[in-house]
Order: sequence, then structure tokens, then C-alpha cells
Amino acid sequence: MYAPDAGEIHVDGRKVRIRHPHDAQALGISTIHQELNLAPDLSVAENIFLGREPMLSRALGVVDRRALMQRTRQILASLDLQVPPDAKVKDLGVAEQQMVEIAKALSLESRLIVMDEPTSALTSREIDRLFATIRELKRRGVAIVYISHRLDEVKALGDRATILRDGGLVSTVEVAETPIDELIRLMVGRDLKDKFPKANVEPGEEGLRVEHLTRTGVLHDVSFHVRRGEILGLAGLVGAKRTETARAIFGADPLDWGRILVHGTPVTIGSPRDAIRHRIALIPEDRKRQGILASMSVRENITLSSLPRFARAGVVDFGRERAHAREYATSLRVATPDLERQVVYLSGGNQQKVVIAKWLSTDADVFLFDEPTRGIDVGAKVEVYQLMNDLVRRGAAIVMISSELPEILGMSDRILVMRDGRIVGEFDRRDATEERILECALRGAPVPSPDLHGARA
Amino acid sequence: MITAAGVPSTSPRRIRWGQLGMPAVIVLMMVAFGSENPNFWSATNIANVSRQASTLALISIGQTFAILSAGIDLSVGSLLALVSVVCAQEMLRFGVVGGMVAGVLAGGLAGLVNGVLIAKARVPAFIATLGMLVAARGVALTLSGGLPIGGLPRAFLVVGAGYWGPFPIPTVIAAVAFAGAHLVLSRTVFGRYVYAMGSNEEAAVLSGINVVKHKILVYVASGLFAGVAGVVLTSRVVSGQPTLGETQELYSIAAVVIGGGKITGGVGGMGKTLMGVLVLAILSNGLNLIQVSSYVQNIVIGAIIVGAVYIDLARERRR
Repeated sequence: MYAPDAGEIHVDGRKVRIRHPHDAQALGISTIHQELNLAPDLSVAENIFLGREPMLSRALGVVDRRALMQRTRQILASLDLQVPPDAKVKDLGVAEQQMVEIAKALSLESRLIVMDEPTSALTSREIDRLFATIRELKRRGVAIVYISHRLDEVKALGDRATILRDGGLVSTVEVAETPIDELIRLMVGRDLKDKFPKANVEPGEEGLRVEHLTRTGVLHDVSFHVRRGEILGLAGLVGAKRTETARAIFGADPLDWGRILVHGTPVTIGSPRDAIRHRIALIPEDRKRQGILASMSVRENITLSSLPRFARAGVVDFGRERAHAREYATSLRVATPDLERQVVYLSGGNQQKVVIAKWLSTDADVFLFDEPTRGIDVGAKVEVYQLMNDLVRRGAAIVMISSELPEILGMSDRILVMRDGRIVGEFDRRDATEERILECALRGAPVPSPDLHGARA
Repeated sequence: MITAAGVPSTSPRRIRWGQLGMPAVIVLMMVAFGSENPNFWSATNIANVSRQASTLALISIGQTFAILSAGIDLSVGSLLALVSVVCAQEMLRFGVVGGMVAGVLAGGLAGLVNGVLIAKARVPAFIATLGMLVAARGVALTLSGGLPIGGLPRAFLVVGAGYWGPFPIPTVIAAVAFAGAHLVLSRTVFGRYVYAMGSNEEAAVLSGINVVKHKILVYVASGLFAGVAGVVLTSRVVSGQPTLGETQELYSIAAVVIGGGKITGGVGGMGKTLMGVLVLAILSNGLNLIQVSSYVQNIVIGAIIVGAVYIDLARERRR
């Protein structure tokens, strides 16, 4: 998928060059990605043999359907998989689709299968099934690289574990001899450097409270509050549904159940427009897709959410709009040659500042920051933290989602840990450590959910 | 109004050479055609060209809104026919003004249907307006029984054939419409939201823009401009015609992209579209005057559509 700049890969003791997924395939290496790579409208058989169909006539491109079905049946049987070869992949469950991927890897006679977070979408029964298959593959002499942040899975399956952190090798250990606590310690490792200019603000009255937020299959009875002048960190692993929580509060995703209160008043939020009216802002995680309007200028991006304010009878007063954009671009130190520069030409950090400037331009005093410093350089990060400090000093309430524990520890007053759409832990700034948060995020048992009372506001 | 930089820049104004490309091409074309055939510059010819181009100009305005918002309006050609039939039939009943109003409203109504299908029912714009392309033509043929509707009041003919000073009235209507649409697009909140929807719809929604409402407005506007165009065209052909406007939607799309509008939305403008309309109009007139057959003209125009977009892309890649 990506070509390395340096380094060597050896297969069966021989040094090889892999420049393309085809090369890997030819060497007997298959990868099963977190997001499955199947063609949903094709059948199981067609997917397994995609691009390698047995042919009746190669010249005419006529597929030998009987041979295709026959060979598919053999492979499925060897995996003990009860799926008709002509079923369409989109009609299968996620677990079965994953099995189809494994069947495909087997049909390629792969001797090494890389699995990237294969259980992220599976139920526990399906996981047992997958594990049985993996053990069977192991018995047949297939090597497996199993990528996971679920340490219980690593314990259950692994012979050896290699721990990577920030793109570097930390250690390789024998799983049987290494307790989970030790694995966590290796994963965390680094010292907390003082990169976080946390401002000390005395929290005031309640800014945002959410109660029993529930969305079937996604959020399970999520309740929390954040006070003015407070930064609430939302920690958890990828897939803990923290982004979904923020989007639900912001009206970008539907809610089946739950109540949202802003400054103590219940509010109804059915769309981002409603959220903005109730002075909530969401700085989204995916800057490119959800934050910036790449082909529009810095000025137009900054004023997008507050544009009616600079308009009279629907006509924009460019003088006032420009003055406002200039003021915010200057105070946030957006590095741009001029306000008319298209945002796409700015660096990631400056794009993020433009997005934040857009939200500062609204009346918002509840801010949901979703991975606010993802993909921006260290200098810009500190500037973003300073902006958050300014906000809490002015009495804003901030919820900060972050997958970087140092950031969570460095900037939060209080920390909530989520796992599988539930809040599974809460820490005060003073007793939080990376180890404790990570352990909670990895192993945290869901809090038993109380009866759901009260109507959705 | 032709300056593409409708939005004032904060830095002192520089000459943007990149934006002079299209006007330069148009001037070159005019000089070339003029030297081949002096009639090109005659007042009569210029009046005729601008009168003929007014229909394309009007529907291209609506198309610009649609394409800028990352949509498309394939129905505008058929709407010309629908509007023409409605306009003529109602005119025979309610008089000149009644007929004209009915025609424009018929366009707007069809646009509203497009808009609701696209914004509310989330039918892709290409499909929704493709359906309207077929259906509107069907309605026009049904209402008229497939026959032209004649006997329109003489007073109506001034809309298509009259002059305002030295300028043909259709030309004046198209010019005023372009100026107005340019102001709406570059100066109003609605205009900004059109660009925002086309640039990144998801981000626009998350920024609190009412995308459903503004998308509907885009297609209503496109329908209304097709309505005006249909009324003018009806006057020019002095009858309600259910067969008007075939393939005109494709030329309106061509006008937008030749001018430099991006087919995927977010980039473009009325000034740019006007350039595209002028290129198409001058080209076909000039080729006529130097006696290039209409068959060959199609080849040239086809090549220019692709060529213009290719040059745009190549320039973007070099940046």
C-alpha cells in the first residue's frame, strides 16, 4: 500500500522487494483490512476469485462458472463456513464477510495473513468463531500478524507480541510470559513533557449536560456534564464512539433517546443549525471532509457560520465581513498571504485555525473539539491549546475528544473514558495517569445502565 | 460586470493574467472572423447573434447555480418547450401578461419539483433532472397535442423582435439577468451558500447552513430562468412550440465549463459562464459566416468543450 523509504523485508529468509500489493500477493502475503475490501454486489465466489476466475476461454473472457463454484465450495468447506458460494456479499453479516476475506487469502495460498483490527466490528460469538479459524490456520502452518489494541485478544491468540509506538519499535515480548499490565506500560512508555500550557481556571456553573444519550447499536446511555471554564477530556480507543457522541450532541447524527441541556435549559437539537442556535460549536475530527471548504477563501471560511450577521436583507456587507475575518485571522495568527487565499493552500495547522476562527465567530460558548490537533505541527498544537485556554477563561465549556493521552492528561480538568459507546470511567486531572486511562479504555467493564426515564428533550 | 473577480480582494488589485485568458480568446476569435468576413462586425449581425444567444444565456444562468452547488440541471432544454406551450395557451386565454407570467411560473414550478426531489428526497440531481427532461417534454407534447400553438397577440412579438434603443430586447433581458444573477451570486448570503454547498456539502451542513432550503432555491431559480428564456423564445418563434430547446441543456452545461466552472461544483461564476456563452455564440456565428458547414461546426464545438476543460485542469495541476 505504502512504499517504505528505507528498510528490508525478508520472506522465508530471502530479502524481497514489495512495491505494490500484487508483489505481496505473489509472495504469499495477504492483508485483511479493518475496512473490508469486498465488492458488495458480487457473489462470494466471484469475490474470492476476483481477477483470477477459472476460465473456459481466456481469449473470450468466459468464466467457468462450474469450476468457480466448485473451488469456492472446497475453500468454504475447509473453513467450515456455511455460506452459499453464490450469495451476494452485501447480504452477509460482517463476520461472514470477514470469513470471505480469509477464504480469499487461503485461495491465494497465502502463507502470511496480516489482520488489522479484525474484531472491531464483530460480536463476541463471531469473535470466538474467528479465533477458532485463526487457530486452525496456525495449525496448517500459516503465519499470522494480528494487529489489535485489544490486549485480551493479544493474550488469547498471540505467541509473540511486538509493541509499536509513534511509528517506532518499542519491544517484542513472549506473550505467555508478559502480564497485561506490562504490555500497557510498554504501550505508554514516554514521559509527559510539558508541552501543555494548561490554564488554571476555576470552573463555574454548568455549561452542557447530556443525559442518557442513546442511539441503538452506537451510543448506550451516555450521560455527562461540563462546566463553564472547564475542559472535559473524552478518552477512549478508536471505535469507542466518542466522535459519534459529539455528532449526536451537535445534531449531525440522530438520537433515539436522551436529553441535552445547555446552561441548565433543556434544548431540542435536530440539526447542526439548532446546535449553533443553542451556542454549541463542533470542531470536527476530519478537517478536510468536514471542517474546511477547500475551494473557498480564508475569509469565506471564517465567516461561513456567522454570515447572516454581516448581511442586511441578505446582502453581505463586505467591509464588515472582511474586517471581522481580518481580526480573527490576525488574532489566531493564521499564516496566509491574504484573506482571499483558498484554504486548500494553507498548512494543516492553519486550516485548523481557520476552522476554529469560524466557530469563534459564532456566539458559541460550548465547544466540542474532536481531535483538535490531529495532523498539525507541534507549534500549531500549542497555539490551539492556548486558544482553548482563552475560551475557558472567557467562560466557555469545552469537551475535548482526543486519542493522544498526553494531550488528554495535559489539557483536561476532568477525563471521561469511553468504550463501545459507553462511559466506562471518570478521572480527576490529579489522579489520572496514562496507565489508568488506557487500562480503563482497554478493559473497562461497561457501567450497568439504569432504567431509561424521561423523554428526549 | 465581466470581471470575474466579483469578490473584492484585500490585497491591492493586481492584474490577474490567468483570468484574461478567456476574454483574450474571444477577442482573437472576433478579430479572426471579422477579417475573414467583414459582415461579422455589422450592426445587424451583432444584434442577431446576441438575440440568438439570449436563450442559451438565460438557461446558462440557472445552470451555473446548479453546477456551482455541485448539482446539475438537465431539464432546462425541455423546460423551454413546456414553458413555451404553457405561455402560448395561457396567453390565448388571459392575454399577453398573463401568458408570460404563466410561462415563467411553469418553469419555476418544474424547478421546485426538481429541487424537492434533489434536496428532500435526495435523488441525485443528474437523475431527478433527467427525469424532468423527459417528463417536461412529455407534458409539453400532451398539452399541445404535439402541434404548434399559433395566433398569439401581435403585442407579444415585441419581446422577441423588438429593440430598446439599438439593443434587441432579448439581449437586454439576458444582460439584465446576468447582471442580477452576478450580484446575487457574489454579494448575497444565498450566493455564498451556493458556493459552500458545492465546495463541501458535509462541511456546509456542519457549519449550520440549511442545505435543503438553499438547494431547492437553486433549482427554482434555474427553472425561473428557463421560464424567462422560454417566454422570450416563444415570442421569437411567434408560437408555442412543444419541440423547442432539444439538447439546449447540454449547451448550457458546455457554457458553464468552457467559461471555467468546475463540473463538480464550488468553482465558477456568472462572469465565467458569460464567457462560455459568448464563445459558443460567436463561434457558431463566425463559422456560419465563413461558410463552415454545420456538421463541421459540431466537431469544432465538441473539441472546444473538451479542450477548454483540459486547459483548465492542466493549469490547475501546474499550480
